[in-house]
Amino acid sequence: MSPLYVARSREIAARELDGEMMIMSARDSTLFNLNELGTLIWRAADGTTSLEDIVTERVCLEYDVDRAEAFKDAESFVRELAEHGILLLSDQPIAAPAAASKEPR
Amino acid sequence: MSSLMQEMNERALKAGVPLGVQMDVTYRCHERCVHCYLDHDDHGEMSAAEIMDVLDQLAEAGVFFLTFSGGEVFMRKDFFCILEYARSLLFCVKVKTTAFMVREKEAERLSDLGLDSVQVSIYSHRPEVHDAITKLPGSLKRSVAGIRLLRERGVKVIIANVLMRQNMRDYPGVVALSKELGATYTIDPTITPMMDGDRSILSLGINHLELREVFRTSELIGNVEDFCASPPAVNEDDRDGLPCSASHTFCYVSPYGDVFPCVQFPLPTGNLRSQRFIDIWKYSPQMNDVRSIHGRDLPTCSSCSHLGTCTRCPGLAYMEGNMRGPSSQDCEKSFARTGIPSANMLAKAADGTRYSGGQGLVQISGLQPASPAFQFVK
Repeated sequence: MSPLYVARSREIAARELDGEMMIMSARDSTLFNLNELGTLIWRAADGTTSLEDIVTERVCLEYDVDRAEAFKDAESFVRELAEHGILLLSDQPIAAPAAASKEPR
Repeated sequence: MSSLMQEMNERALKAGVPLGVQMDVTYRCHERCVHCYLDHDDHGEMSAAEIMDVLDQLAEAGVFFLTFSGGEVFMRKDFFCILEYARSLLFCVKVKTTAFMVREKEAERLSDLGLDSVQVSIYSHRPEVHDAITKLPGSLKRSVAGIRLLRERGVKVIIANVLMRQNMRDYPGVVALSKELGATYTIDPTITPMMDGDRSILSLGINHLELREVFRTSELIGNVEDFCASPPAVNEDDRDGLPCSASHTFCYVSPYGDVFPCVQFPLPTGNLRSQRFIDIWKYSPQMNDVRSIHGRDLPTCSSCSHLGTCTRCPGLAYMEGNMRGPSSQDCEKSFARTGIPSANMLAKAADGTRYSGGQGLVQISGLQPASPAFQFVK
């Protein structure tokens, strides 16, 4: 099985509220409120860490959960967010978008 | 409002987070709308660098919903730079504009930015009416052309129709135009006093009978029976209730860096050129004074049968002289809606004072600038 890389899309609005992420899809205006675990995965979705590593190194370290079961749930979660354009998925590492400039263009 | 949105508002309120901010980036405008409450000269607008620094602070404070307005935002040549920076900080951005300056290139850039929506004021489907209100010949044609370009690129457009005496009879035409353009239609019979306190423009507003008519038009307000129902008995929740989101989960930033509880509440609370946003938000005595007001603290309104259902705007009350006092135009609205006079109206009638405060200044629930609960609902 090839690794699955996840990256946060820029086509969203997002902010942390009281320790949890609220995210709105710019594509369809669907609003999501991620719980603590979802927020953890969201924060770790840097495009260069595979989902398997995120589950192993972050989720299983912080939660007492079976690794295979956690991976299955995490994969389902990221695929749902990807359907709304909130996360990007690839079997290759995903390059980070260029940072916004403060200089007039 | 969706339950998730309601939950977000409640959590933000509890945590003291400013969930929504309106920032006017300029008061300059190419139009001269007869009802506009602004002075259109530039008295020292924040630079793009200053605004971007403020945006950093807003993001850090937890602001999610950000509305850019003016004046006309595109009077600033650097507006796209500001907008792109705001989106890079992942704000949910709404832009209010005349769309007059939106051509293909601008429409393309706005579409690429993934905005929540673009709101455009359209006063009539007839150029002779719309252009007479904006005092700019050709403005309806250009605004509609701008809307079409945005819609062709999938941008969500909201047409805001401010109702005045000049255009009161044209709303069916604007509704039809909105449908044709694929835009969302909202109606707003609110005329706001000038920022300098001049109330003369209130005479442009629709009268009581016209307001009653609006409130009984299901196409505009939904279920008339529910909307115009007599208020239920006032209870403890109503007396503990907050007037609106101003200073609680919402505030307003002027082009000069002044921070107010709301765009319609010109109580100075601090300036971002000399203070950090979070310090103003948390510690400004004025912000905290506004926050301290509950239904039971209102000298007249606490005894009013409309307390639990009135859309009393504390900013309009402030502009009448007392932010804890009644907002006469909202008294008028409650009266037009239900046929039951407010405590304020009864008190004035009892002491022989002619009631006149509501003339031409009313506000429909759900269109208050300080209410992200409605403004940002999906």
